[in-house]
Amino acid sequence: MLQSIDLSLLAFNPPGWGGALLNGFVKSIQLAAGGYAIGILIGILGASAKLYGNRVVKDLAEIYTMVIRAVPELVLMLVFYYAGTDLMNTVLKAMGYDGFDVNGLLAGILVIGLVQGGYTTEVIRGAILAVPPGQIEAAAAFGMSPGKVMRRVTLPAMTPHALPGMANLWMIATKDTALLAVIGFSELTLVTKQAAAATREYFMFFIAAGILYLILTLGSNVILRRFERHARRGMVPVQR
Amino acid sequence: MTDMNIPATADRTPGALAQIRAFFLPHRIVMLALALSGVAAMVLTMDWSWLPQFMPRLWGGLLMTLYMLFGSVILGFLLAVPLGLVQVVGPRPLRWLATGFCTVIRGTPLLLQLWLFYYGLGSLFAQYPEIRETWMWPYLRQAWPYGLLALTISFAAYEGEVMRGAFAGVPHGELEAAHAFGMPRTKVFTRVWLPRAVHRALPTLTGEIILQLKSTPLVATVAVADLYAIVTRVRQATLLTYEPLLLLVAIYLCLSAILIAGLRWLENRVPSGH
Repeated sequence: MLQSIDLSLLAFNPPGWGGALLNGFVKSIQLAAGGYAIGILIGILGASAKLYGNRVVKDLAEIYTMVIRAVPELVLMLVFYYAGTDLMNTVLKAMGYDGFDVNGLLAGILVIGLVQGGYTTEVIRGAILAVPPGQIEAAAAFGMSPGKVMRRVTLPAMTPHALPGMANLWMIATKDTALLAVIGFSELTLVTKQAAAATREYFMFFIAAGILYLILTLGSNVILRRFERHARRGMVPVQR
Repeated sequence: MTDMNIPATADRTPGALAQIRAFFLPHRIVMLALALSGVAAMVLTMDWSWLPQFMPRLWGGLLMTLYMLFGSVILGFLLAVPLGLVQVVGPRPLRWLATGFCTVIRGTPLLLQLWLFYYGLGSLFAQYPEIRETWMWPYLRQAWPYGLLALTISFAAYEGEVMRGAFAGVPHGELEAAHAFGMPRTKVFTRVWLPRAVHRALPTLTGEIILQLKSTPLVATVAVADLYAIVTRVRQATLLTYEPLLLLVAIYLCLSAILIAGLRWLENRVPSGH
């Protein structure tokens, strides 16, 4: 079996599966990027809730991050997926539209984002706590509104502290997209399984997909390092 | 890290009663009441009639999940020690090999690795009559060895990276002191270097074990009958969407809580030396 590796199976056009794999790869990247972005939005909201919210809001944010970090991603994705699509259908029916097809990509992005949000909240909360409080107080003393303090001072000042954790979360997001294969999204892992099952060339296709994932993680690692160096310019280097 | 935000009054090492009192602020009592009434509504209005019938199987699934978790953690840690050590003191080719292994495993999704082992290795083994005739074949025909293999390798790669840092972080003077006492190299390793490195890695290790618990449901995709797989079967048999999933979430929440409490207790028993 291994002695007859038929690379023509990876060709782009239909007898080969290369095109399908690359399509799945692009979809995986879209899912990861979209989910990551939503995760950042939730993270900023969650971190503000934990740091500046009143007691109830604080506790609610705490429960959200606790549940996200204690329950397996696969289970969370199933729950969010079924509950989310059900909820959307009910709401739309109540508003007078009849049931509709949930856009697969959008649902996947939302599911990944909700899971990522729990971890992003913790990273951003830690990063905001690392900003010298005097800087934020000074901004408030200048009469900036809380939103403006956040936008002009807190978020830019916390970025270098958040980047290592955020880089880690991006890696997790790219790998979490594979879990959507279990729900039936045709991203890279599921397409690979289909190709492998159709051709019985399991090793070749799974290794090809592994190389694609590695390109993504190692490539983004290089970019993130550069970004981190840029954001940390002017800061005292960490002594080890 | 996961400390609940205990108010500042509870900071001065209070008694258990004072801590409980500090936790039950008025808004928390209201939230607790809301949560309890929510749970009560779930229990009363949802369909739980399937529960007694599936109880034995759920129990078996829970055991399988725990086997997978502790089996892969123990085997993976045994693999992680040499992986970390080789990256610190090993000869260059071995070092590259270990680093490459960690990078590849950490850079690709666990689900992909699991499917590669199960479908790839599984179909490869089936082609060789020599393997079919050995004592291993009854095991290799089942799904769980592949699940355990994938989980073990993944844990070893993540933990190997942690152990590398831990081995490199043990102060050099301690090793030199052990040498100066005339200990042979193996004894320096077993008496000083390894215990100190494990000690340093302990907080990260507990975090990794929780993450490992959350990876175990993946083995359900290759037909290992763990908790997740059983709940999937319940959903198919009863055509219920939410009830089995809610039960699954509740069980995993409890498992995580027990695991965190147990690991924290263990961690506190290890003297920190400060």
